Amino acid sequence: MTIRIKKGKAVKNIISAVEELAGVDLSECYQCKKCSCGCPVSGHTKSPPSEIIRRLQLGAGDEILSSDIIWICSSCETCFARCPMGIDMASVMDALRVLAVKRQAAKPKGDIPLFNRAFLKTVNMFGRTYDLVMIAAYKMGTLTFMNDMDKFPSMLKKRKIAILPPRGADKKTVKRIFDSVSHK
Amino acid sequence: MKYAYYPGCSAESTARDLHSSSIAVARRLSIELIEPDGWSCCGATPAHQTDRLLAASLPAFNLILAMEMGLDMVVNCAECFSRLKMTNHEVVNHTEIRKQIGATIGRDYDGSVNVRHFIEILLEDVGIDFLQDKFTHSLSGLKVACYYGCLLVRPQEITQFDNPENPVSMDRLINVMGGESLDWPHKVECCGAGLALTRTDVVVHLADSIIGMAKDAGADCIAVACPLCQANLDMRQSDINNEKGRHYDMPIVYISQLLGLCLGISMDALGLRKLMVSPSCVIHAVSAVV
Repeated sequence: MTIRIKKGKAVKNIISAVEELAGVDLSECYQCKKCSCGCPVSGHTKSPPSEIIRRLQLGAGDEILSSDIIWICSSCETCFARCPMGIDMASVMDALRVLAVKRQAAKPKGDIPLFNRAFLKTVNMFGRTYDLVMIAAYKMGTLTFMNDMDKFPSMLKKRKIAILPPRGADKKTVKRIFDSVSHK
Repeated sequence: MKYAYYPGCSAESTARDLHSSSIAVARRLSIELIEPDGWSCCGATPAHQTDRLLAASLPAFNLILAMEMGLDMVVNCAECFSRLKMTNHEVVNHTEIRKQIGATIGRDYDGSVNVRHFIEILLEDVGIDFLQDKFTHSLSGLKVACYYGCLLVRPQEITQFDNPENPVSMDRLINVMGGESLDWPHKVECCGAGLALTRTDVVVHLADSIIGMAKDAGADCIAVACPLCQANLDMRQSDINNEKGRHYDMPIVYISQLLGLCLGISMDALGLRKLMVSPSCVIHAVSAVV
């Protein structure tokens, strides 16, 4: 692994922002790479978890928020489970996601932020997830209508997905929770 | 035995089979499951990827409902289980988050509700001996690869479920049912369910390696406890077969459906017809205990 650091450029490093959001101390990492070895998506990313930590330690700036691992990471928590220093890498990934959205980093392949918004929007509206609307909103936003369409008829036939919106949740409280977060 | 039962959103949509089979099994074992009035979504992965306070507040509301009922909370979905347990951890360790939740919901939550997975209830409260007495049917040697996935077992400090690298809870149940649980290496590998819609290319690889390993270990079926793992491993098989030239035909069955079969509950009540890959080899293996 070769990490190139651009010298002479005034890059504002983001390690302290990440550490604060995730509640971790990244100086504890001594690069044993257990996280990267156990990571199920290591083979699909340009920068596995241990490299992300090293980059942050070496003073990475906002450019790290465009790393593909941030959104390929499936939050399986294997990195955290196996870290000999007990670093909560899954929370580091969450922190990087929050910063990536806030600082408008490049849209990742698959547009997971859009999926998250569609998911949370239905929760905000109905108090519970409404798969059908969430999937439709995501597919409209990403123009991927045809993906998985072959599965839809049998899912409907087997009633494997709800057609009607969910009912029964305390929508008022859920809305209050969403409002409190957006006004934070 | 009486519990607050948190079904989770998938129980009303993609995992009605998990819900109905668990309810049927609980009824047969005289376990009373009471849904808290007004329960809402736990926020799942999209919430914790978006905002830490949101990720704790949504589960906290549901935990408050259980606290007011004065009961332990039983959960089926591994994602919900993980988020509810994480919230207990957040509330206990971060007074600021506890305060903010209290201010928003208008009720204080101290993190005291005991969150337990349905499997834990069966093993710890009902007990293996009692279960064995109740079984009218046996899996008669059916070879089962028990798949636990990620969020039941990780992180161990939070979920406190079994062993994070080699859990055996489901295996114990399979063996009591007369099946043969297999020793295989992919029990806690990630199937990528969270990326099912967004990064299908990655998910096909992950699911392929899990199903392939179960097949190589000689499994007749894979037993799961999580609705996301089930949907992902079940529905992706046709894509894997097309893209990778495999010939998978591996039933992905909920542990509650297998328990239901051994308790003599009907296929329809267990939602077995909802599975994409037909579980016929499982159903043929079931025989009456003489």
